[in-house]
Amino acid sequence: MRIEATPWSEPNTSTPPPRTSLFARASGRAVVRIALAAGGTGLLLVLPLLVDDYVLSAVLVPLLALSLAGIGQNFVTGYAGQLSVGSAAFMSVGAFAAYDLHLHLHGTPLLVSLAFGGVSAAAAGALFGLPSLRIRGFYLVASTLAAQFFVEWLFTKVGWFSGNSASGVITAPPLSIATVDLSSPGGHYWLSLLVVAPLTAAAYNLARGRIGRAWMAVRDMETAAAVVGVRTGQAKLLAFAIGSFYCGVAGGLWAFAYLGTVEPHGFDLDRSFQILFIVIVGGLGSIAGSFLGAAFIVLFPIFLDQLATFVMGGSVDPGVLQNIDKIIFGGLVIALLAKQPAGLARLIEIAWLRARRWTLRSA
Amino acid sequence: MLRTRAPGFVPFLAAALLTTACRSRSENASAAVLASPAPGTVSPGKESAGKEQYFPLQSYRVGPYAAGGSGFFGGFIDYMQLVNIRDGGVNGIKLTWSECETEYVVERGVECYERLKGGLNGAPAAAMNPLSVGIAYALIDKATTDKIPLITINHGRTDSTDGRVFPYVFPLSLNPYSEISAIVNYIGQRSGGLDHLRGKKIAVLYHGSPYGKETQPIVELLAQKYGFASTHLEVPHPGTEQESQWLQIKKLAPDWIILRGWGIMNPVALKNAAKIGYPVDHIIGNIWSNSEEDVIPAGAAATGFIAITTHPSGRQFPVLQDVDKYVLSAGKGNMTDPKRVGTGYYNLGINNGILNVEAVRVAQAKFGNKPLTGEQVRWGFEHIHIDDARLKELGAVGLLQPIELSCSDHEGGGAVRFEQWDGKEFKVISDWIKADRALLRPIIEASSTKYATEKGIAVRDCDAEARL
Repeated sequence: MRIEATPWSEPNTSTPPPRTSLFARASGRAVVRIALAAGGTGLLLVLPLLVDDYVLSAVLVPLLALSLAGIGQNFVTGYAGQLSVGSAAFMSVGAFAAYDLHLHLHGTPLLVSLAFGGVSAAAAGALFGLPSLRIRGFYLVASTLAAQFFVEWLFTKVGWFSGNSASGVITAPPLSIATVDLSSPGGHYWLSLLVVAPLTAAAYNLARGRIGRAWMAVRDMETAAAVVGVRTGQAKLLAFAIGSFYCGVAGGLWAFAYLGTVEPHGFDLDRSFQILFIVIVGGLGSIAGSFLGAAFIVLFPIFLDQLATFVMGGSVDPGVLQNIDKIIFGGLVIALLAKQPAGLARLIEIAWLRARRWTLRSA
Repeated sequence: MLRTRAPGFVPFLAAALLTTACRSRSENASAAVLASPAPGTVSPGKESAGKEQYFPLQSYRVGPYAAGGSGFFGGFIDYMQLVNIRDGGVNGIKLTWSECETEYVVERGVECYERLKGGLNGAPAAAMNPLSVGIAYALIDKATTDKIPLITINHGRTDSTDGRVFPYVFPLSLNPYSEISAIVNYIGQRSGGLDHLRGKKIAVLYHGSPYGKETQPIVELLAQKYGFASTHLEVPHPGTEQESQWLQIKKLAPDWIILRGWGIMNPVALKNAAKIGYPVDHIIGNIWSNSEEDVIPAGAAATGFIAITTHPSGRQFPVLQDVDKYVLSAGKGNMTDPKRVGTGYYNLGINNGILNVEAVRVAQAKFGNKPLTGEQVRWGFEHIHIDDARLKELGAVGLLQPIELSCSDHEGGGAVRFEQWDGKEFKVISDWIKADRALLRPIIEASSTKYATEKGIAVRDCDAEARL
């Protein structure tokens, strides 16, 4: 994974640009951008009024939670270049920690619980990221795999984490912020949005700032990064910690806003792979890619299922139909990655650039 | 310069996202088109609207648990088909259904729930039957809010037996606590009375999951009560590695082993028992270790294995003969492999069908012969009373236990029969053996009350509801 190097363009300091009024500087393009951003934000906010429970509970809420986990995985794998298959473990730590804080300290505000889940996951992530100081690649996978199995075992084995409930599962507390009740499907969505939107903005800034650049330097060539003064060990641990923080918060959302009740097995290795695939399909080293990947992984099987039932249902055995679904989905993933190894984010970027050239050409 | 061609994939993807997102307000209409009924369903015409009761099926026919899913849902569908063909529905109200594949994956199950809960072509949803612990957990809150009964036959949260706290959840016929209590009662019977259990050694080999661990406190309680020594041995998921556990068993030499397995863990356990020479007829499989799929892969090592059942295998029951006569011979059976009709999972599906249909019938007696809401069907479930006479009418004597549910008791049965694998099929070797439900009830209530406090749930007053 290498990002295109953009040459530094030094601003011409000898002749300052002519002063123009704010209005004039906000040229057409900027206005369009601001309008788009405002419209997009407004649309996201009022979405629960436009769509029904099905889209909210079954599509948007899991989409947001998995996208957030995808961002976390992207920090570790896409930006810092460290292979990890432990994301589900960190989600699990986040969910259980948030639950336990709420259980043992009654009246903890919901957002504080979620943040505590994130911080606990960050600690776990940094701990299991320690081997990355010494080992790389597939050897590191083994270490994160250990995190995956250890955490699942721990939460199953030690009943305290699930409040000693007979079924060994954790259950979401009543969802509300201050006095606003969020127990409706729309409330679940707003809660997820309220958590995911600021964290996404932070992720963009982080990736573009000093830390993100240090991560990319480590990813592209660790020796060179060390030579130019990047503290590689610190950068890697930070990637694990921050990435796991995102996963932890995502786990909290998954448990509280989406499912309501979760068993430790809900965060198994399959979930880790799912998040890794989200990042690979969406685009390594791209925040937007995490969302695109999650959309692809969550929505596409649903769409295929409905399409296949619509086209072939009734004439084909349901079991066979499901297997056809899986074959088509797998085939599409392979085709996509063969066509564009950098993922959906790059694919859409190229399509956008082509669209712009096309308007120029036809003009 | 970019030389990549515009991928033809992009518009496809966009269309995909758009279509899924656009299934907004017109949920019912589009779901009706998209979720077309399973093969063999009487295709509901427009004129029949208002005359049908809908069963949303969160089935799983692919993935690691496909054997269970296809058998259970096959049996369930065949029974509904039987009611439609033989009786013309329930009091003239035809049953209709559609399937949504969950692969036993929780989020797929939730998606299916949301997709199907609105009904089909105007026919309201009667009850949800996911047959998956994980999906059932995730649906407890949702189904309660939406007022749709959530049926977790033979599985699910034990404390959901307490209908005062879980008004819409029904762990029908057998919860995990009753299961273990009935097994201990059987071991007592085989030992010549419960007082002969003193000094015996019983080992529990369990699946390393919340499901596997759930009955530990009950085993301990019974061990104290009857004076037997209990040992718990955990097998990590999926259960293909059990050598060290069986080494421990060899040292321990328990009198009985209770196998609390799931999937591949079961045949592997039986093979390991044969390897160390443990008598297989002293291993008792629980409700998820009792299917043909669990024993056949173990080959000869499984011969003599005992398992509990709430739904004995076999085709000799009159209801199955009716299925054969009206459904299978008419070519309307759901099973791809007709040989599986009458096997464990299939008969569980039949039992589940009987109970669901009975709930609809009971509720119709109160609310009228029309399609009912989930809330009304819930009332039906809470007033199911199947005694021996009713079992005979249903043609299910010996297949289903007598069962009576109420507002506070959502389990209703709590008895099992024991069957033994003879190398070809399971032979029933005991009558219905009851759990000590009076002993278990306070533990269940303690747990459900704790849950109610934690979640801020108002406990129902069942006496007041009965007076209404």
